Amino acid sequence: MVAGVLSLTRNGLRDWILQRISAVVLAVYAIYLIGFLLMHPYLHYLQWLALFHHTWFRIFSLLTLVSIVMHAWIGIWTVFTDYVHPYWLRGILQTLLVLSLLALLFWGIEILWGIY
Amino acid sequence: MAEMETIKFSIYRYQPEAGSDKPNRPYMEDFQLEVPKGSDMMLLTALIQLKEQDETISFRRACREGVCGSDGMNINGKNGLACITHISELKQPIVIRPLPGFPVVRDLIVDMDQFYQQYEKVEPYLKNHQPPPGTERLQSPEDRAKLDGLYECILCACCSSSCPSFWWNPDKFIGPAGLLQAYRFIADTRDTAKAERLRNLDDPYSVFRCRGIMNCTSVCPKGLNPTKAIGEIRKEMLKEEL
Repeated sequence: MVAGVLSLTRNGLRDWILQRISAVVLAVYAIYLIGFLLMHPYLHYLQWLALFHHTWFRIFSLLTLVSIVMHAWIGIWTVFTDYVHPYWLRGILQTLLVLSLLALLFWGIEILWGIY
Repeated sequence: MAEMETIKFSIYRYQPEAGSDKPNRPYMEDFQLEVPKGSDMMLLTALIQLKEQDETISFRRACREGVCGSDGMNINGKNGLACITHISELKQPIVIRPLPGFPVVRDLIVDMDQFYQQYEKVEPYLKNHQPPPGTERLQSPEDRAKLDGLYECILCACCSSSCPSFWWNPDKFIGPAGLLQAYRFIADTRDTAKAERLRNLDDPYSVFRCRGIMNCTSVCPKGLNPTKAIGEIRKEMLKEEL
């Protein structure tokens, strides 16, 4: 029995299903945003701001951000464990990955809830 | 006398224990074989004839009819069994290498230890915690049919050796051959250790390193589908855990 100490959940099944659920969230958000941009060919800043003033859209965006973090954590962790073999380098890369994803998440929350 | 034709080969050679007359590192060596024109011999037969030219060429073989799984090798870039591969189907020169990703012992002979260790991990035998009946444990024809496409594996390692996930993590990822056998016992209605078997496989490596690229299915000389079996294991895990 082996489990990566810096993997997202240390459980293969849970990592696998989280990656699939997050992929669906990312796809739906991307389709919605593309649709919105197509519907507003002459997009004005105020229209863009109005979109982000909806609480539901902020929550949707935050959900997408969390999905990106989970999806990337699982995916890039897998790539590192496939291709980076020296354990110390793997450890450093995995730590940097987790810290930058968390920083991305906090920055995203700051941006989303900083809109007035 | 029958008309002859020349078949060209390029064969991977590595003989670490050889004397000073051969390089002490892997290299490709060209060979030619004269065969009666139109003869459609199997690659293994050709290799045996080449061994008469150079008796140091080393490879494993036994049954010579695709049942024992000894002569798995990489033929023109694709893994297969030499004994059931027609030379007429192959582009020349026929490039023969040992199974990729496995440590080479000598020429086309690879070290299969890790492959068998992964096989051992899935406990490939029936586990039944109920007291044994007086006669054999019976199974309906429908339940028996669930094992078709699973039990036929001959452990030739063509699949696992074509799988990049197995190349990178041969110590942690069970690999397609082992997982096909794992599912063979998970699907067996006479086995009572299903939940325990699934629990033993739910770490991030054993099953979930499979990215579904289907190299295993495309090379299997017995026409089996390990990718499908791995999908079934995931489905059983979900049923168990949701």
